[in-house]
Amino acid sequence: MKKSTVMFMLLGLCVALPAAATPASDELLARYQSEGAKTPDAAKGKKNWTREEVVEGEKMSCATCHGTDFSKPGKHHTTGKVIEPMSRKVNAERFTDVKKIEKWFKRNCKDAWGRECTAQEKADFLTFLLAQ
Amino acid sequence: MQNKMKSMILLLALLGATGAAQAEESVWTWLGTIWRQNEVNPVQNAAWQEECGSCHFAYPPGLLPSQSWKKLLDEKALADHFGENAELDADTLKEVRDFALENAAEKSFYKRARKIAKATENGEAPLRITEVRYIKRKHHEIPEKMVKGNKEVKSLSYCDACHTQAKKGVFDEDTVRIPNYPDWED
Repeated sequence: MKKSTVMFMLLGLCVALPAAATPASDELLARYQSEGAKTPDAAKGKKNWTREEVVEGEKMSCATCHGTDFSKPGKHHTTGKVIEPMSRKVNAERFTDVKKIEKWFKRNCKDAWGRECTAQEKADFLTFLLAQ
Repeated sequence: MQNKMKSMILLLALLGATGAAQAEESVWTWLGTIWRQNEVNPVQNAAWQEECGSCHFAYPPGLLPSQSWKKLLDEKALADHFGENAELDADTLKEVRDFALENAAEKSFYKRARKIAKATENGEAPLRITEVRYIKRKHHEIPEKMVKGNKEVKSLSYCDACHTQAKKGVFDEDTVRIPNYPDWED
């Protein structure tokens, strides 16, 4: 691919991103694309957020712990520990640390769906969440 | 020549004294804080706080012996950490693990940590703090309704539900406030 094409694509990606994007989320979305993800689909991310899987006898989805009101804190399903809100509007720290985002995607996808999420699923989630 | 020797000896003696004073400083602080010494070493580590504390109370490492921490803070073990995935990258795991092992019960001078070390020195190292004989005994007389049957407590695992100064490694009875049972006294 030509360098100018890559630049153009990156520029396009930046324009397409919602205002709440962070350097970390930009980096990750680019990474997910390089891992095979197509254009992130926020609507798919929204749908997947409440998609339940039975893991070890318990129905789990992202919303089990994080809830669906992103301006409010969530609650860990077993320990009850408060989970800070997912929305960057109320929690500016969200999605600012690449390592942290990846760590939690890995853990939480396994906990909620019993497997790791694909690059596409992560891109969809991230895009959906950034707009909240 | 002799003068030179003398000054050398003096210098060495001085250096030695400073070294000893520095080492003693921690001993003095240790001796000086009798109350805290009764408790569990109130150590802090940013990675520990972040990695353990984002899901549950960040238990002070002095609450378990290093044999227990070795079992818990293992790459495979963390993939199923009491039913949750708590995987860590290799660097973070090392930091968290080193911190736990350095401050484990048997490494501590604090009285409560020492008691835990003693209670766990024989037999299989426990995976849960609530399995430590000493901890069990200490909570033995608390009626079930105040813990399991108490919505705001639920289990002994939530140290800080009642131990108001648990974060500082203080588990003294005087600092205990059981939610919904304000009048409870041992």
